[in-house]
Amino acid sequence: MSVTATQKRGLGSAIWDYLTTVDHKKIAHLYLAGGGLFFILGGIEALLIRIQLMKPENDFVSAGLYNEIITMHGTTMIFLAAMPLLLGLMNAAMPLQIGARDVAFPFLNSLGFWLFMLGGILLNCSWFMGGAPDAGWTAYAPLSTTSPGHGVDFYILGLQIAGAGTLMGGINFLVTIINMRAPGMTYMRMPLFTWTTFITSILILFAFPALTIGLFLLMFERLFGAAFFDVSLGGNAIIWQHLFWIFGHPEVYILILPCFGVFSDVFSTFSRKRLFGYTAMVFSTIVIAFLGFMVWAHHMFTVGLGPVANTIFSVATMAIAVPTGVKIFNWLATLWGGRITVNSAMLWSLAFIPSFTIGGMTGVMVATVAADYQYHDTYFVIAHFHYVIVGGTVFGIFAGLHYWWPKMFGRILNEALGKTAFWLFFIGFHLTFFIQHFLGLMGMPRRYWVFLEDQGLDTGNLISSIGAFFMAAGVIIFFINIIYTAAKGEKVSGDPYDGRTLEWSIASPPPHYNFKQLPLVRGLDPLWIEKMEGNGKMTPAEPLGDIHMPNNSFIPFMISFGLFIAGFGFIYHNDNMIGTIAMFGGMAIALLSMLTRSVKDDLGYHISKEELEKEAE
Amino acid sequence: MSHHDVLHPETLPAEPEKATLEGRNKYLGFWFFLGGETVLFASLFGTYISLRNSTADGPSAHDMFGLDLVFIMTILLLTSSLTSVYAMYHMKNNAFKKMMLWLGITGLLGLGFLSLEIYEFTHYITEYGFTFRSSAFGSAFYTLVGFHGGHVTFGILWLASLMIRNAKRGLNLYNAPKFNTFSLYWHFIDVVWVFVFTVVYLMGKVG
Amino acid sequence: MTDNANTNNVVDEYQKTKNKEELKGHLISFAMMIVATLIAFGIVASGVMGKIYAIPVLVLLAVVQVAFQFYYFMHLKEKGNSMTALLIYGGIWAAALTVTGLGAITWW
Repeated sequence: MSVTATQKRGLGSAIWDYLTTVDHKKIAHLYLAGGGLFFILGGIEALLIRIQLMKPENDFVSAGLYNEIITMHGTTMIFLAAMPLLLGLMNAAMPLQIGARDVAFPFLNSLGFWLFMLGGILLNCSWFMGGAPDAGWTAYAPLSTTSPGHGVDFYILGLQIAGAGTLMGGINFLVTIINMRAPGMTYMRMPLFTWTTFITSILILFAFPALTIGLFLLMFERLFGAAFFDVSLGGNAIIWQHLFWIFGHPEVYILILPCFGVFSDVFSTFSRKRLFGYTAMVFSTIVIAFLGFMVWAHHMFTVGLGPVANTIFSVATMAIAVPTGVKIFNWLATLWGGRITVNSAMLWSLAFIPSFTIGGMTGVMVATVAADYQYHDTYFVIAHFHYVIVGGTVFGIFAGLHYWWPKMFGRILNEALGKTAFWLFFIGFHLTFFIQHFLGLMGMPRRYWVFLEDQGLDTGNLISSIGAFFMAAGVIIFFINIIYTAAKGEKVSGDPYDGRTLEWSIASPPPHYNFKQLPLVRGLDPLWIEKMEGNGKMTPAEPLGDIHMPNNSFIPFMISFGLFIAGFGFIYHNDNMIGTIAMFGGMAIALLSMLTRSVKDDLGYHISKEELEKEAE
Repeated sequence: MSHHDVLHPETLPAEPEKATLEGRNKYLGFWFFLGGETVLFASLFGTYISLRNSTADGPSAHDMFGLDLVFIMTILLLTSSLTSVYAMYHMKNNAFKKMMLWLGITGLLGLGFLSLEIYEFTHYITEYGFTFRSSAFGSAFYTLVGFHGGHVTFGILWLASLMIRNAKRGLNLYNAPKFNTFSLYWHFIDVVWVFVFTVVYLMGKVG
Repeated sequence: MTDNANTNNVVDEYQKTKNKEELKGHLISFAMMIVATLIAFGIVASGVMGKIYAIPVLVLLAVVQVAFQFYYFMHLKEKGNSMTALLIYGGIWAAALTVTGLGAITWW
């Protein structure tokens, strides 16, 4: 009934609905759409890089434009594609997995999304306003402080706004998991994806503030004449590197840990077995997160921190291989003896294990200080981090999308298209990046615009570029699959995989209140327990009653929009009056919207028991 | 719990700020936010510590800082932390008017602190020509202390809007968490100041 | 809106006594904080300690004072706040690493 009502309301009100929604399931759609859009942009940038490097001394793009493309490729993929796609999966699945009706702060959830989206748009506006940032995604000072034009300013303001949104997301998930678990859902009964969401949120909470301050310092330096990184006034450029990597290293665990959660759930579901070594999996996640804060200087081995500091950070880095290894073996042991179904979600997960292990192995190699002097800033490092970020995070996102797509939309992605996309992408991925290890070892530096003929780099680069097109083809087929599924996809029940966790105990897509009655959880894999020992359905933990729901709100969009305008203002306030006006005007819009939120009572509404009973008929 | 019970409770429970799920969420969420703020200020302190001697031949911490003013500022802010404790004490006893009185005093002490800080900055600029742009030390000093001052300013504005909005409606389960959250924020500002006066002023004087 | 008209103003006596006792604890911790502040300023103003001793003592005094704020004024010691406390320790740990990193190895 509600579906037909939605269709009748027309496009205008559907857009308004998404602009004002505070429902975590719809915010998940927004994150996936926004992240998907930026993933395409970042992918196009990647293709441009590989076309430029297809042959020696190519002149496909100019040197300056090349710098902008590599900077935007890295920044877009990390901040605007991978993170929001993961936040989308978390929003879609985590509250359902713990048996919650909503997240703790629905308003902040919406605000977090709009800050990310408008921050990302602000960053990409730079393409049309005098050039994109060109100081690399790491924006090292003094390159970033002296880069002419406004490119780097867009980087600073765009990331500042998007980063604030991510921080809110982190706090929101933490409180949701601590305060809103269903009766019986103890910490050690939470699905691994919920656990990794929890740990990731802690990392977000403690890592992003360092980036916030780094960006503030850079902004003060470029736009307000401060001297943090200016050696002539006593500044020190290394401060930026420290702040960036104090954030940046936990960030890579922010990207990979949620995917570990996805794989754990997928392996366990499609092996029809309880996850092997659940407790060890939880604790290894915690250990990875803990160690993740103590290794940032391994990105700075060649800076000259001295042998003592380098050694400490080297040892700490290598230690991370231990809990990660524990995880790899637990996944293998989960598969061992299981009744395995190989579908698209499972293919991405199975492919992850060897791909990521290669990335982990090269990680230990680059963690070796003496050897790192050889690898540093070469294609070896490029190959390493693409093996972990693509082989880990991107594979994880695809696995998660295939796994939860039916839960989110009620239709299952087409398997034939899904498998084709996987094989194209998988082959392309290894073609592109495996050869780059050797290009790096032969001395090809990263970020170079051209390379010379006959230095042994020609064939390797050509192979790498061909691989990139395979990956692009895989992504295109995945998007075709989405369109095909939306139009003609097979409709599925609430539990298409014979699932184990709570999200499969409710309809697909779930009603907006998720659980009519909160479920009573009796152990790990609660739905499976009911299937084995009960009647296959969750036992309600409460009688049917009124359900409290939050109100929709347009204020999150307004706050983000105000900051978006103010962002332009900060960038241009030194150039002209309009910039100054935008700076104050934008801040006024943002602050007044916040004040409105603060003074207006918003108690939400109730869905009455009678309505719930009627809907059941 | 119906809206009426939240806005017009018949009796106020012992801990009105944590009586509703929204209140408990807010309490926990705000603590986590403060955890993030800890790292935020740590990044500023780290930057300041590494640049504290980078005076570029301009005035140094030892030349400029006086202890008297900083001591008065410290006492003002410390006392305001206690007055906000009093406000929360009266909140728990459901004595709305007394709570508002103590919150008002807290805000005034905060304003006093802020005025002295502005005076201090003006003093450094006019007497020593020591600005945000004069050296890396200058940038680091004004950024760290200014970030704290900005937090105080935001706190005063927040408190004012809370007090005006709720002036005529007494305590309920909807605004009690808001007052409590403000009080946590205000204590945190004091925590940061303890490190500011220790690291910036006292250590600056010691050398 | 007749503001408090339907709100029972009487909080039960047990609770009132409990709140009062808590307030006493707060007053004591405030006194301790003032004492810590006085000692800190005193050390610097009188110059009784050399730099090598003064700095660790000053930092220690600051930590003690902050502990009072967290545990008493902000009620971190209360039951049911264990998860909060755990995360705050995490934040303090991350903060300590940050300060140490920036303070110690920026100029190497």
